Parts: sequence; structure tokens; C-alpha cells
Amino acid sequence: MSLHTDSRKFRAMNRRELLKLTPLVALGAFAIPKLQTRLLDAGLGLSDWASARLFRGGHLAPTFADSELTPFDKFPINDYDVDDPQVDFDRWTLTVSGAVEKPGEYTLAQVRQLPKIAQNTRHVCVEGWDVIGRFAGARLSDFLKMIGADTTARFVYVECADDYYESLDMATALHPQSLLCYEMYGQSLTREHGAPLRLTLPTKVGYKQAKYLTDLKVTNVLERVGYWEDQGYSSFYGL
Amino acid sequence: MAARAIAVEDVKTGEVTEAVYEHPFVVRFCHWLNAVALLVMVGSGLQIFRAFPSFGAKIPQKDLLNWPKAFALGGWLGGALQWHLTFMWIYIGTGLLYLGYQVFSGNYKQVLFGTRDLPGVWPMVRHYFFFGPKPAQTETYNPLQKHAYTTVIGLGVLSVVTGLAVWKPVQFSGLARMMGGFHWARVWHFAIMWAILGFVFGHLVMVVLHGWNNFVSMLTGWKKDPEYPVE
Repeated sequence: MSLHTDSRKFRAMNRRELLKLTPLVALGAFAIPKLQTRLLDAGLGLSDWASARLFRGGHLAPTFADSELTPFDKFPINDYDVDDPQVDFDRWTLTVSGAVEKPGEYTLAQVRQLPKIAQNTRHVCVEGWDVIGRFAGARLSDFLKMIGADTTARFVYVECADDYYESLDMATALHPQSLLCYEMYGQSLTREHGAPLRLTLPTKVGYKQAKYLTDLKVTNVLERVGYWEDQGYSSFYGL
Repeated sequence: MAARAIAVEDVKTGEVTEAVYEHPFVVRFCHWLNAVALLVMVGSGLQIFRAFPSFGAKIPQKDLLNWPKAFALGGWLGGALQWHLTFMWIYIGTGLLYLGYQVFSGNYKQVLFGTRDLPGVWPMVRHYFFFGPKPAQTETYNPLQKHAYTTVIGLGVLSVVTGLAVWKPVQFSGLARMMGGFHWARVWHFAIMWAILGFVFGHLVMVVLHGWNNFVSMLTGWKKDPEYPVE
């Protein structure tokens, strides 16, 4: 033993080492309600920022064989309010506004004229369950092209017949698997699943995939992010 | 690898005891910060699980267990996700800092279970569980301790990797596929949490049984009267 000290110095040394850990007390900020909200907002914001960085526009979500599909009657119907907001199909149009060259009313026939994409993809709910469904529709990117959208704008914002609302980052909106969906399992979209038009976004969690669309806006500024996001859920939630 | 010791002379009695600097500051800092982060991750994770407490289909839903809300953190799914997605940074950050420090300082030799520790495993098991004689300890940790610590660090890494597959099953689709897809990644993530909690339980029992000196050394770094030979 080369080193020697006395018990008093040893205790002082121990105290110093213990004091070095005091920065950990800063975690107590999470116990103060006002600070807690801010810290958790910042944490979620950091995660959303990282999510946007991780997102790769050319990377496709896994697709599945028909044999792997969840049976149609086992595909959950999830709403925040009503299963059927009583959309009048004969008079339905999608109202387009914002940073687009051709704003106005678009019919389902116009959406159906765009190339039809069918894909078997996984639908993941924020709650943790997942199903594999067959979805078909027009690429959202094709529709954005048709309306002359400024794709340098940051967001695509949608409103729904049940007063639900959602927003997407432009990178996700331009993803080749992001669809304006009008068919599920080879049949016209049923009212419960969002007829006549819904979003299908295999790179996003379920609550982003709004149903019963009525309005679409291309914008740089969001007054509201989304029905669940405005209550504290992740704004980006990309899978 | 024997630790370097100092002699501490009691100012009143003149009695001399040995003490070793067992845990460098970075290790102690990461240990406690990670302990808090783990607690938050488990609490909020269980609240997230409460939103869909099953690993089967959504229709029909068969709940695996009804985890009590009193032992969950966040109050609701959105709140729990905020905690989970905030503290994951602290959990991952302390993990990386710890691993980086251990590798570059060489301190990992104190913890990492290797083939040379194998012969000492059975005598230790016999001592702990079958009333066998206590084998002489030659290093900071006995072979079973090394095994436990090495395993739990591996489980920590796996908890992050499976978590990434649950959070980003598309961007990390290769990772998710290795685990059997999103659905199974969620199962692994949950199972690994229980394995880590199993370690924590054993760890706390050992601290209570004969750990006061160990407990203090994780706070101050110094251990008086080490139970192993020192230089």
C-alpha cells in the first residue's frame, strides 16, 4: 500500500465525491408540474425532430402477401366520435386550398382518374395493436401534382366530415406509399372506414390516417396540428 | 486485476483500514441517472401497455393482464408516451456514456464476464443457493456478479434495439424483421423489460443482504474494507 491518509481526510474525500453527483438532483425538475410540462414537451419535440431526420422518402414500408391480410371484419374501426358522419356522397367534394395553383372543389372521379395503387401494408395504432390491410387509391403525391401544390411548403393539412383534423409533413405526403385511399380489400371504402376518401400512410401511426376527408390545404403554417396531437400526442409520429 | 488501495488511519484509535476507489465518477453518475431513467421507462412503458394489454389480435381482444394504474406513470397513453420518449434519451445517453467510458478507460475488465470466470461460477452458485462454502474472492466482483452485470448491460442494449423496432418499424424495417416484425418486436421489448426487472430485484436483494459498503461505494466511489485482495 503506497498511499496513506487519516479518517478525517478520507471522510472529506468521500463527501467531495458524493457532491459530484449533485447535478442529478436536477432531475427533480420533472416533479415540478409547471417545469414537467415544459420538459416533456421538449423531450417529445426532440423525439419528433429525430423522427423527421430518420425518415427516408425512398424507403418503403414492408408489404405483405394476400395470405397475411387481417380479415376485413377483424380490421378495427376507430373513430374519435362517430363511425358514420353521414357524408352525402352525391354532393361530396374535396375542397383544396392553400399553396396550390388550382384550388377549388375536386370530385372523387378526378381522384380515381389518377393511377391506382394497391398495397398490403401494416396499420399500426398508437395503442400498440397492428393489422395488415389491403388499401387502394391514388398516390397523394400524384394528387398534389394535379392540384399544382407547392411541394416546398412544409405541411399538408386535412379536415374531415366528423370534425377530425390532421396534418402531415411534406416529405411523408410525397412518399410513394402515401395514398388518398378509396378502396379497402378490393371494395369501395365503407362509411365506417372513412368513405369516400381517407388517408393511408404506411409510414405513419394510425391517428395520422384521417378518414372522411373534406378539406385539404397545403401550408407552411399550422394553426392546429391534429386532433390527438393538440392533446399531447407526437406531432410527427412516423413509423 | 487487483484494485489500488490506500490505508486509512482512524484519527482517534489509530486503527488502520484499507479502502479502494472502486467506482469511477462516470460509472456512478451513469448508474444513478440510468436507474432513474429505467424506473421512468418501466413506469411509462407499463402505462403504454395498458392502452392495449395484449399481444394478440385487436378483434377479438384478449387482455394478457390488467396492470394496475397505481404502478404506472403518465396517467394516460399520451402522457406516458411523453415520459417514454423523453427519458429514452437519458436512458440511451447514459448507456452510451457508460459503454464508451468502460471501453476507453479499460474499466470494463472489472465487469465483463469472460471465459476465465467460468470455473468460478459453480462454486458461487453453490454458495448462494445451496449453502456451500464461500469461495475466496480474488477480484472486485465475483464470477456471478460479473455474469449478472454483463447480462443486464446486454439486456439494456436489447431494450433499446427492440424499442427502436417498436417505435420505427418502417425506418428500421430490417431490425424489426430480425425480431419477427413489429408485432414480435413489441413482445421482445416487453419480455426484456421483465428480464431487467428480474435483475433489479436480485440486485436490490443483494444490496439489502450485504451491501452497505457496496452501496456507499456506488455513491462515493470508495469502499472501506474490501472483501477482495488489494495492492
